Amino acid sequence: MFVLLALHLVVGTAAIASGRQLGRWAFALAASAPAATLIWLLTQAGDVVDGSPAVARFEWVDQLGLALDLVLDGFALLMVSIVSGIGLLICVYAIAYFAPHDPAGDDTETEAHHPRAVGRLAGMMTLFAGAMLGIVLSDHLIALFVFWELTSITSYLLIGNDDTNPRARAAALQAILITGMGGLALLAGLIIIGQAGGTYRITELVADPPTGSIVNAGLICVLVGAFTKSAQAPFSSWLPGAMVAPTPVSAYLHSATMVKAGVYLVARFAPLFAIAGSWRVLVLTVGSATMLIGGLRALRQTDLKLLLAYGTVSQLGFMMLLLGTGLDHIALAGVVLLLAHAAFKATLFMIVGIIDHETGTRDVRRLHGFGPRWRVTQFCAVIAAASMAGVPLLFGFISKELALEGYLEHGDVTGAAVVLIVIVAASVLTFAYSARFVLGMFGVLAAPDADPTDIALTRDAHAPGWLFLAPAASLTALTLAFGLVPQSLDQFVDAALGALHPSAETVHLHLWNGFTGAFVLSSIVILGGVLLTVFRRPVAAAQRSGAAALRFVPTADRSFNALLRWTGVTARRVTATVQNGSLPIYVSVIVLVATVVPLIAFVGDFDGFPQLVESPVHVALVGAMVGAALAASIVRRRIAGALMLGAVGYLMAGLYVTQGAPDLALTQFAIETLSTVLFVLVLRHLPSSWSHRAPAIAAPMRVGVSLAVGATIFVFALVASGARDNVAGPQQSEVMIDSSLPKGKGHNVVNVILVDFRGWDTLGEITVLLVAAAGAVSLARTGRRRGDGGPTLEELLDELEPATDVDGAVDRELDDLDVEVPR
Amino acid sequence: MSTQAPTSGPQRLVILDQSIKVLYQSILVLSLYFLFAGHNLPGGGFVGGLTAGAAVSLRYVSGGAMAVRTAFRLPSHIVLGLGLLVSAGTALIPVVLGGAVLEHGDREVGLPIFGDVKFVSALAFDIGVYLVVVGLVLMAFAAFGDDLGPIESTAPPEPPDGTGREAS
Repeated sequence: MFVLLALHLVVGTAAIASGRQLGRWAFALAASAPAATLIWLLTQAGDVVDGSPAVARFEWVDQLGLALDLVLDGFALLMVSIVSGIGLLICVYAIAYFAPHDPAGDDTETEAHHPRAVGRLAGMMTLFAGAMLGIVLSDHLIALFVFWELTSITSYLLIGNDDTNPRARAAALQAILITGMGGLALLAGLIIIGQAGGTYRITELVADPPTGSIVNAGLICVLVGAFTKSAQAPFSSWLPGAMVAPTPVSAYLHSATMVKAGVYLVARFAPLFAIAGSWRVLVLTVGSATMLIGGLRALRQTDLKLLLAYGTVSQLGFMMLLLGTGLDHIALAGVVLLLAHAAFKATLFMIVGIIDHETGTRDVRRLHGFGPRWRVTQFCAVIAAASMAGVPLLFGFISKELALEGYLEHGDVTGAAVVLIVIVAASVLTFAYSARFVLGMFGVLAAPDADPTDIALTRDAHAPGWLFLAPAASLTALTLAFGLVPQSLDQFVDAALGALHPSAETVHLHLWNGFTGAFVLSSIVILGGVLLTVFRRPVAAAQRSGAAALRFVPTADRSFNALLRWTGVTARRVTATVQNGSLPIYVSVIVLVATVVPLIAFVGDFDGFPQLVESPVHVALVGAMVGAALAASIVRRRIAGALMLGAVGYLMAGLYVTQGAPDLALTQFAIETLSTVLFVLVLRHLPSSWSHRAPAIAAPMRVGVSLAVGATIFVFALVASGARDNVAGPQQSEVMIDSSLPKGKGHNVVNVILVDFRGWDTLGEITVLLVAAAGAVSLARTGRRRGDGGPTLEELLDELEPATDVDGAVDRELDDLDVEVPR
Repeated sequence: MSTQAPTSGPQRLVILDQSIKVLYQSILVLSLYFLFAGHNLPGGGFVGGLTAGAAVSLRYVSGGAMAVRTAFRLPSHIVLGLGLLVSAGTALIPVVLGGAVLEHGDREVGLPIFGDVKFVSALAFDIGVYLVVVGLVLMAFAAFGDDLGPIESTAPPEPPDGTGREAS
């Protein structure tokens, strides 16, 4: 398994590096990674389905007990087949998608078709696939988190791959802000759960799940992380924004795999924690809201890709409702839905990409129906959309039937009836937007007064080549096959469900379950969907007036932007207050904190004055020092002040000499000389006299601060000299002097201390010197170089706002135009 | 007779230039003496380095930042890094040889003129300290010094372009 992860890393890096040479064929290189994974999967599948998971362990730091564990159980097997299976198909698809032939009018992605950008895309998608495999295979919570964040980062880079497009940059930023925020919550939650459970191994947590109120808090954090990743309300706004990415990315990351990471995590945890605390309430509420909102919004889109994006949001809510309950019968429906959704949604995205590629538009108002050579494409689209809608004989129907049956007959949770109604209502919406997709593709929704060239654009559009269509066609074949013969999946689904719920009954999927309650509900769904489609004009009008009436309610997009703005404004205010650019205030704050706080501690240890004067020389030296210090504080010119400070230092060196410390004196002398010179160097950049125009802090305050510092140092010196006897013992200095020659081989005890006895300290000090020198140099260089330091937060926000307000833009457009005009 | 001025512009003081030439060499020798004598007499790498720094500052007074830059063959950051490398290496080599960190050894060597001289490996450590200090001083001059020439010549005050900003 580690080999496979490493393979993704190598292939991804190679694809990025060779992008310029390979261009779109970098995807052929990228395809090798999922292909290898699938082959390996086939060798393992037999054992895993029989109930013995494949495990791999990599000892990293043995002493700390750090190891990376990967486990391929039944559920991971299902997820890996989705990740690698769809990944392989997407790679094939992308080779054709990035083909240079583009009809006129497609100016949106020319930059993204640049060979290097395409190679980067291929490599990033491979890296992403590796990270995604890591999520589903990790048996360690922290490893899972690391892979989780890696998918967020690769997703950010993939959305923003076309880095000349401000909308792409803004959408990428929004996506990583939301998922990153969720990632932090997830980390907190995982740590809480890991600490409470005493282990970070998922398999061990499954054996003995922790309980308690702290675990509940951790679970809420985990759910927030899962909700942001899987675009649940109110965190869903990044997913439609992410549709600016090229279609292969949208089809792979933002419908089939990455957005399912949150669902995956919820599915793993639900059997253990669903009964605890507020898990079920949260999952069911959020899942219901997401499913409904996504469906309602999807119904209003004119852009086919956005329609699919909101449809994905809705379906993700559905999955949460199914996999988050922790009940095995309902989870069964969720497992099947995971597979069915991967098949039909990837197909639909690929078809949107084909339409976009061949006509240059995805707007239903500009699609006027395609020529006869598009039959196969249209067939695939109809089958996939029908599967999404839940039409019988297709794969999607099986999962929807299981879901309804699960909630009808086994839904012994609070609010199961409400959830059932939500599922039925949202399924009606799903049918309606699926129908809208098909109608849009057949040109039923086209604007009537279009000019002939526009009509010709789709009528005479070049039909997609076999390579372009093959991936979508093969997924359509799967949708049909598994819809007609669901029994073929029995073992596979059973293994996946068994990994989540070991006690679940053996799975038997049926095409036809008889006239059960679920079938009645399915019929209601289809009937309602047909009605919504037939009466689509009044429905659209009602939706518009409803949206207008609710306009005062802040949408998630607007709240998100408002929050960002508020953060920026607050940060700027705080910075303006705390970092006001006044050096005197900075210095005052630093020295006051550094002196006043220890002063309180010093005063307690103060025990009397030592003998103050030992010889008349002291009086003369100290008198001169006091004079120089006073002079330094009252002279007008800076340079004079610096010289006076130097004088204080030299006199101090004199004091050392009288006390018999030539080494100290020598050092002090040299330091004073150099620092005076450096003072002069710096002072050249400042006015020669102190300015009295606008003192940042008043003179009394300056005096006060100086006195406080002076007093502290005074007390500190007294206490330190008194404390030496208590702490180190009076013999310490004698010990060092005595051992200087025999142990340190030197007569100069000061030097022996520096290079030998306390050599570590010296080594540390010269390291600090080096760091300080680097800091001072870069500071001086920054001061000389002025100007651009990258975009400010405000500029970023201005860029972000129009791009993320997808829904607002749709509202405005719908106000201007009557979309639904019959032909 | 006037010395060749390396920097054009303001008039140079001949006496200052000539005396600095003599002083510079002498102070460098003094700094080396401090470095090598340090183990038994007042001195050491730190003091030696500071003294060498003072010599460098004299060069700055006479020739400006350019003279400082040409004072040593090596760029200042290399000197700084080399110093840390030497010191850390001295600290770590005993570990490689199976001793403790910073363990020092000594050896007496008979030299033709000086007689028996005792070399202590702690000297290498001190040389590192010396180099770090010298490098630090060189970097400070490189960062804050100007190429305008001697300090005495900066007759025109700094233009109020914001570099003289304080107490805003």
